[in-house]
Amino acid sequence: MKDFKVIEVKRSIFEDNNADADNLRAELKSEGTFLLNLMSSPGAGKTTTLKRTISMLKDEMKIGVMEADIDSDVDAEAIAATGVRAIQIHTGGMCHLDADMTRQGIREFGTKDLDFVVLENVGNLVCPAEFDTGSTKNAMILSVPEGDDKPLKYPLMFSICDVVLINKCDTLGVFDDFSKEAVKERILKLNPYAKIFFVSAKTGEGFEDWADWIRTEVQSYQQD
Amino acid sequence: MHELGIIVHVIRTVEEVGEENHLTEVRSVTCEIGEVSGVVPEYLTDCWQYARRKSELLKDSELKIEILPGVTVCEDCGKTYSTVKYAKQCPYCESYATHLVQGNGFSIKEIEGA
Repeated sequence: MKDFKVIEVKRSIFEDNNADADNLRAELKSEGTFLLNLMSSPGAGKTTTLKRTISMLKDEMKIGVMEADIDSDVDAEAIAATGVRAIQIHTGGMCHLDADMTRQGIREFGTKDLDFVVLENVGNLVCPAEFDTGSTKNAMILSVPEGDDKPLKYPLMFSICDVVLINKCDTLGVFDDFSKEAVKERILKLNPYAKIFFVSAKTGEGFEDWADWIRTEVQSYQQD
Repeated sequence: MHELGIIVHVIRTVEEVGEENHLTEVRSVTCEIGEVSGVVPEYLTDCWQYARRKSELLKDSELKIEILPGVTVCEDCGKTYSTVKYAKQCPYCESYATHLVQGNGFSIKEIEGA
């Protein structure tokens, strides 16, 4: 007969990840690499937004893109076509990236010479919000056809983002029940510090302000 | 799918603790889940049934789940209330300046092993 005993563990799974994320953030800081964790639902326009962002900034800074996907590499191919370095990370069925997976991706990718790395997280408004990836800043894209009620339905996602891009603003004429004021108010109620940009990755509307935000953030990150 | 990632992490942690304590068999693992952690206990149990078989130490173990209630504190009036019942807005003073103090976590409380 084995002698069973109770061992107190008291280890928080999320806290383990949070501590790991803080370590990764410090490592990236010492290398001067700014990591942006980009999240959205599937089809909100992450890849199209990235392509336009890259074309505006690629002569000013060294950019890399890590595409996280459950299992495909269509997005990495599309990004590589813009001329910046891109890799695909397969999460192997998982619905989000955590700090450890992000670190593995970062090390395999080799980001030391890069100024600005975008981590395109798995398309999902729930799970990615719960796991700190170790990114410098969090951004999300909400597209107009998804509706202005999304901050009410996915509050955590909107409360952890430093930036929210409202994409597909060129379709506001069709989706005329989408209220820019309502969405803004709902986001700011959850997160008073969120920066909100109304953009269209298709027409380029609003992209100057978004690109300026990146320029300012990356510059101040590398200076202090 | 979210739950599977958590279970993989739990198993890795329990194996570490098992090694430190020279365990050869684990009978149960007790986890404390926050009410607003977004983790679904039923899915977690399903993932456990699948994942435990791959671990020599945990193959016959049971996952026990305890729920920790979600509690929010109001920064304006200082009172606390149930997060699930009232969400972001304080039911006492209607302020939105509130934050969660408990209930979004997930931790391994204890292991029963030999």
